[in-house]
Amino acid sequence: MSETPQEKVARLARLRRDGGVLRDYRSPRYDEPFIMEQGAPGERGVFVPLAEDGVKKAVGEAADYIPEGMARAAAPVLPEMSQHQVLRHYLRYSQMTLGMDLGSDISEGTCTMKYSPKLHEELVRYHRAADLHPWQDEDTLQGLLEIVYETGQYLKEISGMDGFTLQPGGGSHAVYTNACVMRRYFEARGELGQRDEMITTIFSHPCDAATPKVAGFKVITVMPDENGYPDLEAFKAAVSERTVGCMITNPEDTGIYNPQIDKYVEVLHDAGALAFTDQANANGILGIARARDAGFDACHFNLHKTFSSPHGCEGPASGAYMVTEKLAPYLPVPVVTKVGETYHLDYDRPESIGRVRGFLGNWLCVIRAYAWIRNMGPDGLREVAEISVLNNNYLDRLLMAVKGVTRPYAEGHRRLDQVRYSLEELKEDTGFGTEAVRDRMVDFGIQSYWMSHHPWVVPEPFTPEPCETYDKRDLDEWAATIKKVSDEAYHEPDVVREAPHAQPIDQMRRTEAMEDPAQWAFTWRAYKKKVLGRQGPA
Amino acid sequence: MWREGDGVWREGGGVWREGDGVWREDGHVWREGSGRHGGDVPVKKLGVIVNPVAGVGGRVGLKGSDGADIVHRALELGAVRDAPRRARLALERLTRLRDEIEILAAPGEMGADEARAAGFAPTVVGSLAGRQTYAAAERERLGTAGPDLGAAGEFTLTTAADSEQAARAMAAAGADLILFAGGDGTARTICTAVGTSVPVIGVPAGVKIHSAVYATTPAAAGDVVALYLHDRPGAVQLREAEVMDIDEEAFREDRVSARLYGFMAVPVARGLTQSAKAGGVAGEQRALLDVATDVVAVMEPGCLYIVGPGTTTRTIMERLGLPKTLLGVDLVADGALVAADATEGDLLRALERYACARIVVTAIGGQGHVFGRGNQQISPAVIRRVGREHVVVVATQTKLLSLEGRPLLVDTGDPELDAELSGYVKVVTGLGEKMVYKVGV
Repeated sequence: MSETPQEKVARLARLRRDGGVLRDYRSPRYDEPFIMEQGAPGERGVFVPLAEDGVKKAVGEAADYIPEGMARAAAPVLPEMSQHQVLRHYLRYSQMTLGMDLGSDISEGTCTMKYSPKLHEELVRYHRAADLHPWQDEDTLQGLLEIVYETGQYLKEISGMDGFTLQPGGGSHAVYTNACVMRRYFEARGELGQRDEMITTIFSHPCDAATPKVAGFKVITVMPDENGYPDLEAFKAAVSERTVGCMITNPEDTGIYNPQIDKYVEVLHDAGALAFTDQANANGILGIARARDAGFDACHFNLHKTFSSPHGCEGPASGAYMVTEKLAPYLPVPVVTKVGETYHLDYDRPESIGRVRGFLGNWLCVIRAYAWIRNMGPDGLREVAEISVLNNNYLDRLLMAVKGVTRPYAEGHRRLDQVRYSLEELKEDTGFGTEAVRDRMVDFGIQSYWMSHHPWVVPEPFTPEPCETYDKRDLDEWAATIKKVSDEAYHEPDVVREAPHAQPIDQMRRTEAMEDPAQWAFTWRAYKKKVLGRQGPA
Repeated sequence: MWREGDGVWREGGGVWREGDGVWREDGHVWREGSGRHGGDVPVKKLGVIVNPVAGVGGRVGLKGSDGADIVHRALELGAVRDAPRRARLALERLTRLRDEIEILAAPGEMGADEARAAGFAPTVVGSLAGRQTYAAAERERLGTAGPDLGAAGEFTLTTAADSEQAARAMAAAGADLILFAGGDGTARTICTAVGTSVPVIGVPAGVKIHSAVYATTPAAAGDVVALYLHDRPGAVQLREAEVMDIDEEAFREDRVSARLYGFMAVPVARGLTQSAKAGGVAGEQRALLDVATDVVAVMEPGCLYIVGPGTTTRTIMERLGLPKTLLGVDLVADGALVAADATEGDLLRALERYACARIVVTAIGGQGHVFGRGNQQISPAVIRRVGREHVVVVATQTKLLSLEGRPLLVDTGDPELDAELSGYVKVVTGLGEKMVYKVGV
């Protein structure tokens, strides 16, 4: 039976009492089969017109143009469906998704989820941008090259660096580019045989360990001391004549800024090694601290994080890689340059590591970042950092008052733009850890939170990051949700144990299948074979 | 349509809850799939063994509770027997599952009492009928000379043999897991009885907690049992964990003589999302193999490798196609076994024959000892002969992180050497991967 108006008033009053700002939320839920299981033979969404007789007479059948050996013997087994069925199917899926613009992305710590102005989407869809072909002659790409070049100049100013490339198609890709540049640098100096170890820290992004491995280096990881930043003595013990350099973040995932970062850089430089800082998320330091001023030789930014281009699955990514003069010769080609009033694609760079991606990278992201930087201006960029840090410390005050929440490391020291909290106490008291809380908070229309990168150093972790986008109501709502779930864990455990209640799907319970190649199924073909036990067509 | 909106399917008298993969009907639980978990599965069985006097020595500074005199002295000094309470704390975390888990409990205060206190109706394994009380036994032992312990002595006298017998009976009765409350002495007893044939989780309640078989707290032990036996078995992995014990007599004289007694299969909870990315049983085995591959890849010809005990180092030997003495030290050179289960004397003699030598060790036990626990054969003389710079420490990242920031420890018995060994070590954590980790004394 549906709720009467009186009941609704009473329920909302109850919600307000519980935390003031909790959301009354219920996701649509459809029992929607996979699209591959739908449709019927002969159903069509679009009838493609056949070639006219005159055309056929002149050039023959289209199928005859397919080289022998490339034409498939049997038609692909695709679902046959009408347009409205397809539309309905995907609308149902989209309704069951808590999209970026629907919920609060304060939850997505380390991801720097901020509002991406819709005006920017107009810009990148504008025909003068959308219709460009990447193989056009540079003479006809002057506007785009100007945007790339100018964005590079802004990022040089922001980081203090001398050279840039916007070619990498993501943050980790830019970090990988750095590993390749460092390799090329030591190769040019004839030291590559001697140097094969890259240093990172456990709280840096995992790509800072993974990408140097891909580039052929050994990786040495340093643990934090009680301050929460890398143990300087351990760092010194890690550095030797074998060291290529370091690839680290600051602040790290904990949100703790390492005020002595220049000392670490000094240790590296004294050993003849290089220093790179991963600034995928620069929201806490934008316009305040520059990588160059701490002595770093290189850094990068994620244009899809700090610089507002949509992030993750919602859009292509762009990693801006910045270097000092010393490393500039090794940047990927082509480098966008300006001579007089014209812009060029400079391929004549014999020391370059070569291309890391086709064309100019994801330049749609660059257009968005350019527009954002222009809109913000220098003072605006700094304000982004200031508001982010203020937001985070306001949220921190609220969260630290929630029973069961703790904040490991650096007691009494403020964090910058994010915090890695622990629910170890809640787990100890109630048996509910971070996964249980995450499964419950989504019942309030809040995006499930990011727990931690692997490995979990902080037990039962969660990591919110309230960027400059969010206002006090958003922060209050987020903290009230965590408080509500904590209260429930202590007093109404069954509500938490059975959560989520208002979501289209329940808990993932049999995730062990994700570890077993014999069980996991990421494609329809694999699903048919492994889960349904049917063999697909030959 | 028989599917309802709340993810619960009902048909006839049965119910199937989306996600947990079991059909419940008529008191039976039917599990999908085949093999061990296929078909009609009875309710899970949890064995419970409590050593009622575990830990009494610690409260009064006696460094252990083994031996009648020590228990007596402890009780005399006013020690409270805390193991039963700690066991109850663990079991209370399972009260909500009393219809889903059957408890096989050792009699009386050795488990059954605690299970009942937590709301269970346990099946009691064995009996203490006719047993005398501790106080009566002590009067018998010491004659009238023994002081009166008062109420503190009025509990049934039980021994390690009772724990061992209970563990064997539980294994025979098909226990899916044994939860014990005690310390290293109790762990050893249970290890003798069941080895790795039945998973075991310890509630830390003893004075000596050097083994790696305990949950961090009683509540955490209860939680991992719930996860493993009911809530999310897939979120738990079984790890072979060291069972250590030290000679209490020596310990009281400030000498540590720790032995590695064996291994038990211990359930370890892990994050679900985390597991999907990098953890899990497969992930940990993979990490071990990577560590082994790294070590083997840089082995030098003509060099003697002294391989310490443990499951991490066992993987190295497996990688070389050689047998490993799990509790002992093996010697390898040029891919061949030079000696198995070597003593300190064997090591020193072998070192005479090799100009180049390396020591490969891992952290042993729950405290993270690299030297001085379970590998005393690698003595100060051996370490000095090989050289500090030629000690290779191996451990997976998971194992290092399980130390929760505590340093690795060295306790060779030679304080000067310990000081030399402390500082920072680059632990091999994977193929081409190391972690700089602190070593303390």
